[in-house]
Amino acid sequence: MRRLFDPIALASLVFAFSLLLAWQLFADAHLISPIFFPSPLHTLAVLEHRLADGSLWLPLAATSLRMTFGWLLASVIGIVLGAAIGSSRVARDLLDPILEFIRPLPASAVIPVAILFLGLSNAMSVAVIAFGAIWPVLLASVHGFSSVPPELANVSQVLGFGRADYLRKIAFPSALPDIVAGLRVSLAIALILAVVTEMQSSLPGLGWDIFSAQRLYRSADLYAGLVMLALLGFGANHMIMLLESRVLRWRNVRT
Amino acid sequence: MRRLLLGAIIPVLLLGAWEISSRTGLLTLESLSRPSDILVAGYAALTDGSLLLATVQTCETALLGLMMAAVFGIVLGAVLGLLPTAERIAGPTIEALRPIPAIAFMPLALMVFGFGVGLEASIVAYACVWPILIVTIAAVRAIEGRLLEVAAVLELPVWKKMVKIVLPAAFARINVGLRVAAAISLVVAVTVEIVLNPRGLGYRLILAEQALEIGLMWAQLVWLCLLGYVLNLLLSRVGRGSAAIWRPL
Repeated sequence: MRRLFDPIALASLVFAFSLLLAWQLFADAHLISPIFFPSPLHTLAVLEHRLADGSLWLPLAATSLRMTFGWLLASVIGIVLGAAIGSSRVARDLLDPILEFIRPLPASAVIPVAILFLGLSNAMSVAVIAFGAIWPVLLASVHGFSSVPPELANVSQVLGFGRADYLRKIAFPSALPDIVAGLRVSLAIALILAVVTEMQSSLPGLGWDIFSAQRLYRSADLYAGLVMLALLGFGANHMIMLLESRVLRWRNVRT
Repeated sequence: MRRLLLGAIIPVLLLGAWEISSRTGLLTLESLSRPSDILVAGYAALTDGSLLLATVQTCETALLGLMMAAVFGIVLGAVLGLLPTAERIAGPTIEALRPIPAIAFMPLALMVFGFGVGLEASIVAYACVWPILIVTIAAVRAIEGRLLEVAAVLELPVWKKMVKIVLPAAFARINVGLRVAAAISLVVAVTVEIVLNPRGLGYRLILAEQALEIGLMWAQLVWLCLLGYVLNLLLSRVGRGSAAIWRPL
């Protein structure tokens, strides 16, 4: 805001565009195979066409929904489990070892199991997404609930709060910054797993769209799908940052 | 001791209930198999070498991708870390590429490389390069100015300055990025195998499911858990050890 014109910002734009321009020129001169790397203008034309005729909106909506449902499921389970583990020694001793053992498992490895139980369905996809996306929010809420400042715990004792009131009115707000940070990482994982399950199980969505574009050797469609995916990831991250500043507004006021 | 006992309660109860209910016919779900069958299938797969072969295939591909990412990420990160202006110019391009899930490039990599190591390693490399690159830029940026002045006074050529001053000084931090990337590499390798690439542990897992060899599927899942667990343990050990080497700096 100090200056209207920032030379570095301009240079970074020029840099990005010159990369695209080089790509365009190479593609036009047939120095790189248009089958693998169609020119940016071609991709843009396809993107514009498919946005206009609506054939990209449906996959976009399907992937967003899958991602959101899986993420919400992971968030609810993660926060509840995290509250239990973070605020009770017994729960921690009971659950920690088994969770520590399962946690390093690549989330995509549960796809075969999920297919056995739920078939090639949206429920399968949501379950896999929830399994993979739960870890960041779980770890963050364990940390948040277990590191409530002792003064706050004292306050709840003085006020004679029961366990439920303590968790709801004291511990949860205190853990919220950690939880929101975990939610953000979880959302990124949810998007990745939405794409993975779509590719693996031929569910309609951006992942499957990209996959089938490759099978038909329509590489401009493939890149159009990639662009949409990047925009979705960017938009989702932005939404949660907005949510973060909303939910944690009380925090900014104080500091 | 108390923690060990408490921690064992849930797994033991679950496994016991699972075994008993499937033996007594309470549980007739085919897809659940039963713990004893899983053990038998796992033992068979271990002794005939198929599980180990698949593990080696997955691990070597993950390692190859990780190494490519490390070379590219550290070199580019060191350059961008030393040249703040260049970093600010390239920054938006990097930030635009970073959020695209590596997995989404799988169809493209399939067109370019076909099935095999190249497909998988390239996806692993793309996924792993970001944490290494970001951490390296920050690490090089955080090097004490006096060390760089020493290099300037000694009039070291660029590559010598890199090898003797910049990389040793930044290594402890770069190490953190490498550890994050190593954990990612295994996950991505298995994912590529499950979706697409007909080799390694992920492929055998999906194959067992499709052939309805349920016991084998569960055994391989447990094996993957163990593999990930050991990798994490190893990484935290290595991390502590190698960080100590450079601490005198």
